[in-house]
Amino acid sequence: MGPPDEGGHFGSFGGRFVPEALMPACLELDVAFRDAWGDPTFVAQYHDTLREFGGRPTPVTYLERLSQRLGLKVYAKREDLAHTGSHKINNVVGQALLTKRMGKTRIIAETGAGQHGVATATAAARLGLACTVYMGEVDTVRQALNVFRMELLGATVVPVTSGSRTLKDAVNEALREWVTCAADTHYCIGSVMGPHPFPWMVREFQSVIGAEAASQLRDFGVTTPDFVVACVGGGSNAAGVFAGFADSSAQLIGVEAAGGSAVGLGTPGVLHGMRSLLLQDDHGQIEEAYSISAGLDYPGIGPEHAYLADLGRARYVAVGDDVVIGALQLLSELEGIIPALETAHAVAWLVNAAGDEVPAGSTVLLNLSGRGDKDVAQVRSILRGES
Amino acid sequence: MTTLDTRLRDLRARRKALVPYFVGGLTSDWTTYVAAAIHAGADVVEVGVPFSDPMMDGPVIQEGALRALGNEATLESICHELAVAAFEVPIVVMTYFNVLHHFGLERSAELLGASGVAGVIVPDLAIEEATPWREVATAADVATVLMVAPSSPIERVRRIGEQSQGFVYAAARMAVTGRASDVGDAARVVQSVRSVCDTPTYVGIGITTPEHASDAGAFSDGVIVGSALVQRILDGASAHDLEGSISSFRLALDTTAREA
Ligand SMILES: Cc1ncc(COP(=O)(O)O)c(C=O)c1O
Repeated sequence: MGPPDEGGHFGSFGGRFVPEALMPACLELDVAFRDAWGDPTFVAQYHDTLREFGGRPTPVTYLERLSQRLGLKVYAKREDLAHTGSHKINNVVGQALLTKRMGKTRIIAETGAGQHGVATATAAARLGLACTVYMGEVDTVRQALNVFRMELLGATVVPVTSGSRTLKDAVNEALREWVTCAADTHYCIGSVMGPHPFPWMVREFQSVIGAEAASQLRDFGVTTPDFVVACVGGGSNAAGVFAGFADSSAQLIGVEAAGGSAVGLGTPGVLHGMRSLLLQDDHGQIEEAYSISAGLDYPGIGPEHAYLADLGRARYVAVGDDVVIGALQLLSELEGIIPALETAHAVAWLVNAAGDEVPAGSTVLLNLSGRGDKDVAQVRSILRGES
Repeated sequence: MTTLDTRLRDLRARRKALVPYFVGGLTSDWTTYVAAAIHAGADVVEVGVPFSDPMMDGPVIQEGALRALGNEATLESICHELAVAAFEVPIVVMTYFNVLHHFGLERSAELLGASGVAGVIVPDLAIEEATPWREVATAADVATVLMVAPSSPIERVRRIGEQSQGFVYAAARMAVTGRASDVGDAARVVQSVRSVCDTPTYVGIGITTPEHASDAGAFSDGVIVGSALVQRILDGASAHDLEGSISSFRLALDTTAREA
């Protein structure tokens, strides 16, 4: 997975579709990121912070009982063990350090379920940056505990009341806010989406997942897994793990939620500063995604994934809400790991594909993007038939 | 040169341009508001084609777009109504790039041109990505109006000035559309545009009162008034009510021009 072209294009996807008012900020960020990422001091600072504070490296675990059950050899990259409980910390540490390097004093972010918001508030607290998080009003109610977490971490949470009052509207609002304050504020976007350089920069900050996993698998005697599987909302954990295997023969599988399947159901369009695949109606109005997991409730996908799908280098599949809870229970019972509902989509696909699309005996790297603590109340009410 | 370029250069010789903005499809009789505005002295009318995710708009125009979408307004329905109305002043459509992208660039340009639309403003289409659209739009004699922001460095102002057709949209402040209490950085932005090109330059974003119009009119070629008018329509003002307000903007601009 190489860099995009100078304008941020991955094939016909990506680019920069933002108001002129934001173009200077996007250009400044592009220059600042290139400079920082080429500077060994910054790169060391990023890795040191992730080691000292972020819980890296996260281990790779051989999932012995699940492997037996499925007739496969399944290894899990344990992003659930990273600080704040998911891969999101990798991205926010990178962007928060870059914010300071650019001499800015404040970060803003969007969040859906609150995972990226909590991670951003965490990095902001650690690095002494002011932080404001935009969150759809509907989500602030669904995820009230995460609102409280962000507030404990010193962030301000702004409920977004425009549009559908969910994640896509939170992104719109963060972009609108960024127009007014780009001089001293960085927009810390939560996935491999948005205008260039965000999709590329976030992938680079997440590629630590794939780099670590490739070397850890070698310790298990695995040079190249047959499959690398990750769930896809915007696509940052998938991009991060794919980056370690793009040049190998491994099959790359991105698992979307059936109700948010931008590759399966979307068409090319322009939203949130990028050209990508989007869920939209006959008139180009963006449709809402629906999923049991708030983190996959995004009507688009990062532009590089749209490109990888086009090339056929990665394959994107979708699983419905109905099989996700079962997969979460299976991993919990067999392996002692309660995954996030987002992650459970990847597990669900693997369970279903084992012995079929994924032939018996295959070696699989599963990116365990996050832990399920945030979801247990929801899962409990579903299992009790309350919702 | 597009027809809009010629018309707006002629206009500059006569008076300051008054450009009210309306959301297409906001009410079933939205074109009567356009007609009333023209009657009250509008020189150009900006018509918004609603998009579900209007990144450059504040709460007022967001609400207008949401209502228009609820009324099933589309690019085609709005173009159709504009074609039927055949207004005598130039109409400039404001929409987001996905609406044009989804309908097809060439098809959109042809539809707009055939409906008598003189130009478009696409706020999320920065110069870096604008070339494919500009080519097909120019071929259909539809001007592409570009925006300069207070944050635009002079090299970008120069490129935007070279490429903008009809007029240059000078954003008065670092903000999305909405009401404001002054004309912000408009004087500096207009001056930077003037230093690189002689395209007519209109001030928008936050022009709320006739006083703002007369302030901005003193150093620019015209003003765009959006949220202040749309808010009144959302509150139930009739076309007749709006005609009165637009007349006061007209008067303010004409007075400024006489005094200058
Ligand atoms: C645990 C977990 N996995 C995956 C995602 C989806 O995001 P992405 O596709 O960017 O990895 C989220 C988003 O909130 C998440 O919390």
